[in-house]
Amino acid sequence: MGEFKKPINEKEFHENFAQIKPLMDNNQAFYESSRCLFCYDAPCIAACPTEIDIPLFIRQINSNNLKGAAKTIFDSNWMGNACGKVCPTEVLCEGACVYNHQDVKPIEIGRLQNYATRSAIDKNQSLFDLPELKNKKVAIIGAGPAGISCACELRMAGYTSDIFEAHEKPSGLNMYGVAPYKITNQEAALEVDYLKEQFGFSIHYNRRVTSEEDLEELENTYNAIFIGIGLGSTRKINIKNENLKGCFGATEFIEKLRVNEYAEDSLGKRVIVLGGGNTAMDAASESARMGAEEVTIAYRNSKDSMRAYDFEYELAKEVGVKGVFNCNPIEIIGSEKVEGVRFVKTKSEGGSLEAIEGSEFIITCDTVIFATGQSKQKEFLDQIDKLELDKRGRIVVNENFQTGNPKYFAAGDAVNGGAEVVNAAAEGKKAAVGIVRFLES
Amino acid sequence: MADLSINFAGIKSPNPFWLASAPPTNCGYQVMRAFDQGWGGAVWKTLGVPIVNVSSRYGSVDYRDSRMAGFNNIELISDRPLSDNLKEIEEVKKYFPDNAVIASLMVETKEEWHQIIKDVENAGSDGIELNFGCPHGMCERGMGSAVGQEPKVLQTIVEWVMEVASIPVIVKLTPNITDVTDPAMAAVRGGADAISLINTIQSIVGVDLNTLAPFPSVDGKGSNGGYCGPAVKPIALNMVKNCAQHPEMNLPISGIGGVENWKDAAEHILLGASSVQVCTAVMHYGFGIIRELLPGLENYMNEKGFNSIEEMSGAALPNVVEWKDLNLKYKVVASIDEVKCIGCQLCYIACEDGAHQAISISANGDRVPQIIDDNCVGCNLCSLVCPVEDCITMERRDDGKLDVSWDDLTQKGEIPTTFDDDRAGGKGHFVPKPEEALKRKK
Ligand SMILES: Cc1cc2nc3c(=O)[nH]c(=O)nc-3n(C[C@H](O)[C@H](O)[C@H](O)COP(=O)(O)OP(=O)(O)OC[C@H]3O[C@@H](n4cnc5c(N)ncnc54)[C@H](O)[C@@H]3O)c2cc1C
Ligand SMILES: Cc1cc2nc3c(=O)[nH]c(=O)nc-3n(C[C@H](O)[C@H](O)[C@H](O)COP(=O)(O)O)c2cc1C
Ligand code: SF4
Ligand code: SF4
Ligand code: SF4
Repeated sequence: MGEFKKPINEKEFHENFAQIKPLMDNNQAFYESSRCLFCYDAPCIAACPTEIDIPLFIRQINSNNLKGAAKTIFDSNWMGNACGKVCPTEVLCEGACVYNHQDVKPIEIGRLQNYATRSAIDKNQSLFDLPELKNKKVAIIGAGPAGISCACELRMAGYTSDIFEAHEKPSGLNMYGVAPYKITNQEAALEVDYLKEQFGFSIHYNRRVTSEEDLEELENTYNAIFIGIGLGSTRKINIKNENLKGCFGATEFIEKLRVNEYAEDSLGKRVIVLGGGNTAMDAASESARMGAEEVTIAYRNSKDSMRAYDFEYELAKEVGVKGVFNCNPIEIIGSEKVEGVRFVKTKSEGGSLEAIEGSEFIITCDTVIFATGQSKQKEFLDQIDKLELDKRGRIVVNENFQTGNPKYFAAGDAVNGGAEVVNAAAEGKKAAVGIVRFLES
Repeated sequence: MADLSINFAGIKSPNPFWLASAPPTNCGYQVMRAFDQGWGGAVWKTLGVPIVNVSSRYGSVDYRDSRMAGFNNIELISDRPLSDNLKEIEEVKKYFPDNAVIASLMVETKEEWHQIIKDVENAGSDGIELNFGCPHGMCERGMGSAVGQEPKVLQTIVEWVMEVASIPVIVKLTPNITDVTDPAMAAVRGGADAISLINTIQSIVGVDLNTLAPFPSVDGKGSNGGYCGPAVKPIALNMVKNCAQHPEMNLPISGIGGVENWKDAAEHILLGASSVQVCTAVMHYGFGIIRELLPGLENYMNEKGFNSIEEMSGAALPNVVEWKDLNLKYKVVASIDEVKCIGCQLCYIACEDGAHQAISISANGDRVPQIIDDNCVGCNLCSLVCPVEDCITMERRDDGKLDVSWDDLTQKGEIPTTFDDDRAGGKGHFVPKPEEALKRKK
């Protein structure tokens, strides 16, 4: 038996997926904020893609000005609350904290950030002076971090927006993709509800923008259009039997467990996750927490070349996940359902990966999860006149986040090809500035 | 929305935050950087007679992992040429006409005072601060705190100054004196426009246990220095309050001492200050602390409904009374939140050894202490030592209907006259027998 029992209801689910960065209480926040040195030209600020004035908000927490702390955070990052929970702080702000050089635990910036913003959200505090509304309006496609940030920043400049969202809940992958031990559905929704109430933009749920007619209608109704649609579904890798029963795309698998919050069907005893990125680590951890007994990450290249952050691999190993490296999947075995994966061993030769002849082997399993990257929404985007995509399917934008079609702007995963929530938040905010420039020129 | 701008004895400033006369105001470069970041005013590093400074000037008191909880210096006044300082004052005023530049001065003779006042007025200063506070070095030469400690001398010099000054004059007081209102009232009599306090407190921050020289040591020797920083705030607050409450005090007060965050500033203002000066916190963290100070104070004022600094200034003074006027019927008892308690038992040992034996611990391994209500005198000690926020609270136990002070009792002739008197305080107060000390060993 694995460490976790298959969760059959919401309660068990939340036990298996206990928050790794739980909300601080006043005591914890006081002690932790007391430690911050208030560095000059603080490296933690430079390491944050949204450049939050971290020493300032921490000092504001310490001097009982929680409201000021929340404002400092939101002023730079409209997803400040979610970011406090989901950011890979180990490689961002906390990784840059000067305490690391003393081998002292860095300041828990993420949790302090979450603590301060959560207080404003729970009290529904008004922190912003909103200018009067101007008579131009923007359509936003996608209520993910990029779209929401864009809407907030636009309102700060006097423009309101309507957001069209394919799903029934907001916050994009905060709600449907990020590991559930980082953020709960409730917390992801609270922040967006708060911002919506403060800024008065609207979100139309279950409204996927798909056709040329949809786009034409938006073009006729709005003065500018922002695209924050993120990425598409899991990319196929074109091996035999990859659509067999028991094969899942990682993002689809994760979305289902975020929505249901319990195990609908069993993963079986043994799960193989294909891939070496953060999504692979997440899917593996999540499989273990969903009750699978043996979870193996299989990566075609060496351990050191995995794109996943070290701490994400550690998180997976902590729940019993094993890694096998230098093995490339060449076939899914099984007739009606998955029974195993056939691999071939690989080695690095002059920078490229080569299969070692005669080294094929099979690992048996009940489930295969493909964490092999996400596709782009090329078909949808191709409908937009003059909008340009690069070779990897990313939307091409200029320094104002404006696309080849001047009325369309874009940011987030759809532009950067897939980064973090904080990058989408930073870009969505900057794109709004670009939109304002366009509307006022 | 609260208005943070002030008119302090005629000196206008966009906000009440001024840099105190000290190293952060050594030169125009620093003052410009500070104004650029939002500081309202600056009191220039004291100008006066030529001096020489020592190398190795500062010492500090670290409290556990907190650096510079108290700070000490043996530095003198500005060692830069007067003409350079005057040029820079003029230049700063050109760039920042709306910010307050106040020249701090310290010279000896009447002629010198008259001359230097003309000089700083010509340079465009908005006000003058007389440094009667420096407690090291300068006082050995009859200046600084040597003046501040002699109300008559202080008054005479203020009178000299007022003969020629055409801009507002602030008298900066030394805390190295028994009753700070004596020099404060001498300043009033001398005709000053405002007072500021406190300057630094005479101190030795430590002794090097190897070399036996006090810190900061200069070639194996040291001298007393002046103490400031967070540690001195309580002393400063009390002195600001004493001046503000003095019945004949009619001058605005600039509060100085231990201001690091907005709360410290708010306290100075609530106790009667209408501008606030900062030195040590800037020496520690730079001018950037203004970004915490300004929004913090503004938010507080908005929440409390204070429209201006003037309105807020002194708002706490009616609540600062003499001991004899306190309500003797008010009764609080400690209460421990068992859920929050982490079982350190610091409250127990503090009360047991340091106070009133009103907390018990159980022998069965349960680490949450119990308050013995009957023994608790409501001293607050346990709640102060408890490391967990809001874990020990002091609960009110009287019904709030009676308000009887020592003064009331005195007037009614009802004060206890002997220790047996039922009205005596300690009567019936439980204490364990001395020999119990040797029995209950734990
Ligand atoms: C498995 C996984 C785990 C991750 N974990 C983390 C993490 O721990 N920390 C972190 O910082 N980042 C993490 N990320 C990355 C992060 O989630 C993304 O970088 C971020 O959410 C991108 O924001 P976005 O607004 O660009 O896109 P998304 O969050 O993808 O939001 C796009 C939104 O647009 C909607 N949409 C799409 N197409 C349409 C359409 N045609 N019409 C209407 N609406 C549409 C979608 O429903 C969605 O709500 C993770 C990503 C994945 C896949
Ligand atoms: C290094 C140092 C030098 C100082 N020099 C002067 C001075 O030249 N003139 C003066 O009036 N006060 C001087 N002071 C005192 C400060 O202006 C201020 O009154 C005192 O430090 C208390 O404020 P604080 O607690 O914010 O530091 C000096 C203080 C320090 C630490
Ligand atoms: S680097 Fe660390 S100690 Fe310095 S300001 Fe940032 S969080 Fe505080
Ligand atoms: S703070 Fe500057 S002047 Fe002072 S000792 Fe250090 S380097 Fe020298
Ligand atoms: S001091 Fe506070 S935490 Fe410690 S034992 Fe007492 S009540 Fe508990």
